[in-house]
Amino acid sequence: MNNPLLSVEHLVKRYGEATVVNDLSFHIQPGECLGVIGPNGAGKTTTLRMCLGLSEPSGGEIRYFDGLQMPGDALAIKARLGVVAQSDTLDPDFTSEENLLVFGRYFGIPDAVIRERIPQLLEFGALSHKAKAKPGELSGGMKRRLSLSRALINQPQLLMLDEPTTGLDPQARHLMWERLQLLLQEGKSILLTTHFMDEAERLCSRLLVLDQGRKIAEGKPRDLIAEHLEPEVVEVFGQGAVALGQEAGLKALAGRVEVSGETVFFYTQDSRALMHALEAWPAMRTLHRPSNLEDLFLKLTGRQIREEG
Amino acid sequence: MSQIQNNIWAAPRLSMRWWPVFQRNWLVWKKLAIPSLVGNIAEPLMWLVAFGYGMGALIGQVEMGGEKVPYILFLASGSICMSAMNAATFEALYSAFSRMHVQKTWDGIMNAPVRLDDVVLAEMLWAAFKALFSVTAILLVMLVLDISHSWKLLVAWPVLLGVGITFSCMALIFNALAKGYDFFTYYFTLFLTPMMFLSGIFFPREQLPAFVRVIADWLPLSVAVDLVRPMFLDRWPDEPVRLVLVLAGFAGVSFWIALALTRKRFRS
Repeated sequence: MNNPLLSVEHLVKRYGEATVVNDLSFHIQPGECLGVIGPNGAGKTTTLRMCLGLSEPSGGEIRYFDGLQMPGDALAIKARLGVVAQSDTLDPDFTSEENLLVFGRYFGIPDAVIRERIPQLLEFGALSHKAKAKPGELSGGMKRRLSLSRALINQPQLLMLDEPTTGLDPQARHLMWERLQLLLQEGKSILLTTHFMDEAERLCSRLLVLDQGRKIAEGKPRDLIAEHLEPEVVEVFGQGAVALGQEAGLKALAGRVEVSGETVFFYTQDSRALMHALEAWPAMRTLHRPSNLEDLFLKLTGRQIREEG
Repeated sequence: MSQIQNNIWAAPRLSMRWWPVFQRNWLVWKKLAIPSLVGNIAEPLMWLVAFGYGMGALIGQVEMGGEKVPYILFLASGSICMSAMNAATFEALYSAFSRMHVQKTWDGIMNAPVRLDDVVLAEMLWAAFKALFSVTAILLVMLVLDISHSWKLLVAWPVLLGVGITFSCMALIFNALAKGYDFFTYYFTLFLTPMMFLSGIFFPREQLPAFVRVIADWLPLSVAVDLVRPMFLDRWPDEPVRLVLVLAGFAGVSFWIALALTRKRFRS
């Protein structure tokens, strides 16, 4: 194993009586993309803020690179990090180029070096044609890509992204994902928080699932699914679907049954017998699919009414 | 050390990283310099013309340290301190608050290796620079109008930068406390406006009742006027060391308080 780029040990954050991050440990290896997922209030952003030295931990250790410690060595660490915050902090008075120039200066990079990097960074963000445009003239996706390009101005080894695609339309999200995948191929490492399970599945080599400030699962997306879920799901919806969840014959064919609203989820090792049995209710609509991260997320963070089959 | 000190009263940790932040403000301002210039010097000049020439004609001369001087000279030498105060205050309140709270510029900056202390220092110096800029423009107009042409104005110029620094530090305290722009009304109404009338800009402080003078003499704007006005009259101020130390004291203490409250605001 290489030395981790970031290693967090027994991190704790308390606000008065409330413990929002509770004994959290994780690490990021070079080349890895670690996704932090969890419902709102799980402690994702607080964890990220502590890792960025913007919030003082109540306990635990955060180490970067070759032994640099946050918050003590915040500036030395920041010099080697790229950060994209949840809300854009682009300068509204500056063009795309100027935004990159001004941000590069905060790192103490000479103007000549920054000016050399600007065209490549704009190209990377698919923004070359918007070099002279101000953020007000950019779409949501362009602004996020400019924020990402800006975060690359110091050629960081590790990127910290807080919900990088929240609020973007599908086209813009896909373009963002493509760019992030490019960075991973170049050997950069990424820590990202997200609400989107498809994003986590697509980009992340490893996932950290948080709930109420605690780590409740960690692993590769596929492994986590295999570990916690039956491989297939049959969703049944329509008039009277909920009652089917109580049907003994069907329950026997499923490993686990969950009801959410008007939909019944049958989790199963093998759906053939179940699908066959469901033919007895032709009015019901069914959706048969492999189980995914969303199922895992809902199972682990418990937003559904759960019924064991 | 950490980017945001956990102990809010810890000594300021300053480095040269304030410079790119100052440069950033300069780059924005360059784009808006002309309208900003008009706003910064038009209003003080209107005061000067209306009161100086208008009221001055009624008042005639004012006695200053045994010497009679034209009212416009009396007013100009005081109101330039007020201009420095206003320019620095507006920048350190409204503009700094926009950058800190509305645009989240400071949050962006702190994703780079820049400490909060250096951001606050940059904002302080920037507001002081804006004050110096206004003061310079007004001084030039005063020279053209031949209100004063003492070479001692060359010394008054850096002193006015110091006045800008003092009021910029004071305003940053209120910037740190503000939840919105409306909050600044308190500062103007309860603090700056009374000070404007008590600091001997429009009339000599000798006219004030004795018990008011006890306080008025120690107001930072009074101290600034006491330092700057004599130089307009081609004289040196009485007790320059005491006056400079008082002004520096106001600046230093205010900066520390402003920094502590800003750290508290950003600490979480």
